[in-house]
Amino acid sequence: METILTLKNLDKKFGRVHAVNNLSFDIKKGNVYGILGPNGSGKSTTLGIILNVVNKTSGEFTWFDGNLSTHQALKKVGAIIERPNFYPYMTASQNLSLICKIKGVSSEKIEEKLKIVNLYQRRNSKFSAFSLGMKQRMAIASALLNDPEILILDEPTNGLDPQGIHEIRQIIQQVAKNGTTILLASHLLDEVEKVCSHVVVIREGIKLYSGRVDEMTASKGLFELKTTTEKTKLLTLLEQHQRIGSVKEEGEFIIAYLAEEMESTEINAFLFKNGITVSHLVKRKPSLEQQFLDLTNNK
Amino acid sequence: MLRLLTIEFHKLKHNKASKILTLIYFGLLTSIALIAAIKFDIGFIQFHLADMGIFNFPYIWHFNTYIASIFKFFLLLVIVSMIANEYSYKTLKQNLIDGLSKKEFILSKFYTVVVFAGFSTLFVFIVSLVLGFIYSDYNEFSIITTDLQYLLGFFIKLVGFFSFGLFFGILVKRSAFAVGAMVVWLIVETIFKGYLFYTFRGLDTVSESVDGVMKFLPFEAMSNLIKEPFSRLGAVKSIATSVGEQITKSYGVEFLNILIVMLWTFIFIYGSYALLKKRDL
Repeated sequence: METILTLKNLDKKFGRVHAVNNLSFDIKKGNVYGILGPNGSGKSTTLGIILNVVNKTSGEFTWFDGNLSTHQALKKVGAIIERPNFYPYMTASQNLSLICKIKGVSSEKIEEKLKIVNLYQRRNSKFSAFSLGMKQRMAIASALLNDPEILILDEPTNGLDPQGIHEIRQIIQQVAKNGTTILLASHLLDEVEKVCSHVVVIREGIKLYSGRVDEMTASKGLFELKTTTEKTKLLTLLEQHQRIGSVKEEGEFIIAYLAEEMESTEINAFLFKNGITVSHLVKRKPSLEQQFLDLTNNK
Repeated sequence: MLRLLTIEFHKLKHNKASKILTLIYFGLLTSIALIAAIKFDIGFIQFHLADMGIFNFPYIWHFNTYIASIFKFFLLLVIVSMIANEYSYKTLKQNLIDGLSKKEFILSKFYTVVVFAGFSTLFVFIVSLVLGFIYSDYNEFSIITTDLQYLLGFFIKLVGFFSFGLFFGILVKRSAFAVGAMVVWLIVETIFKGYLFYTFRGLDTVSESVDGVMKFLPFEAMSNLIKEPFSRLGAVKSIATSVGEQITKSYGVEFLNILIVMLWTFIFIYGSYALLKKRDL
């Protein structure tokens, strides 16, 4: 599969703050990637570096296998970071036609892209008159002008109302369906879970996980059990079981994390054989949220 | 290069403030012609400026470029705000993300400066030529083409001055503060000049020594390019001689001055690039 972007041991220090710490990952064509991390974890800095606006301290990154210089490569990239930035005194069409000039593409797609983000009616309004949701949609239109190989979005739904969030997500999903590679930075888990196929989790600039979203969530699974009578016996039994990694109490439930794959029928039979009947037994896959919190808290 | 210019002019042409300032500037350049209309007629004193010889070739080249360069502040505001706006709208960041390199960004601004200076020079040339044909006492081709180096001096002076503004625009990111910083620089230069006078006070050739140092500083170098033309005017000269003053001053556009201003221009443009390159946006 074609590699679009490679990061190798990327490092960025702002004075004493280590914003990005030895970060490496690859972006392959056709996938939808999420960069997940709490606020201030280095997501935007990482995107800033690969987008030529922040200088790296050390390490390297290459676009399209290093065949193009960064600013040439960026002409094949569509990106919006943080707030949408346009010239307030120009209209939507004028702003977009400026971007066409910078990217060196013809301006005939302006109309089409404005229609995609539902701003065609407002094409002759000044940018300063737009609401935040409209500005964000216009930013997406501008990022799509060159039919980019990869679309980079940094917190695209930040600060929007539910309707705006929904509109933006629909547009992203539409773009992803057309086969465009997407790199989406977000601290919103369900956003990543809904849209992305791959995820890179970072905290304090350090990569904690990178891989498929479903592998991250489906890695093990857990049992939720409840017994009315012999709680301590149940705990010891579970702890001794080979295929169970760890056990903990959570309110009236006992949570057993699996070290290996196991079905609920197996554990039920095992407990029954040892003289315990449970009143509640559920097998769960941990939510992305749980996984994320585990990842970001433990290390 | 053409691409960078079209990008920059796209940004300027939709900006109302820039358009108005540019119009005022070129309007003022044309208004030099109005000097011709200055005419006092108080009883027996008749005074008509146009008849005093200020529009005579080749003196007109000197006079008009000097007067025209006073108006450059209007264009300076356009130049400085076109930099500062990129910071305040954060569009600089967006431009870079869209695939403009930092070098291209600075170059697009510099080319615009050169084009502005070029148009101003052309404009002054045409206005002077027309005024000269109307009022000049001498219209021989060889006299008209004498002293055309004042136009070159004017062009270099504008490019240097606007590059100075461009540099401060990048440095302080706010138009008002950038213009303020230039004023501060001018004051510092003046104070330094005073300090030099103080240091060299014992010497016989005080002002020569001071000028020898001062001519390397940007503002002084720019003002040295086109010296004040008034004391050169025939009428003024004859008054001076009658009161026993001898004016022995070189009024020409000196090659060394051109070189110094070009060097400053390079320093300012390269400095802007180096600043931008080092910065995280």
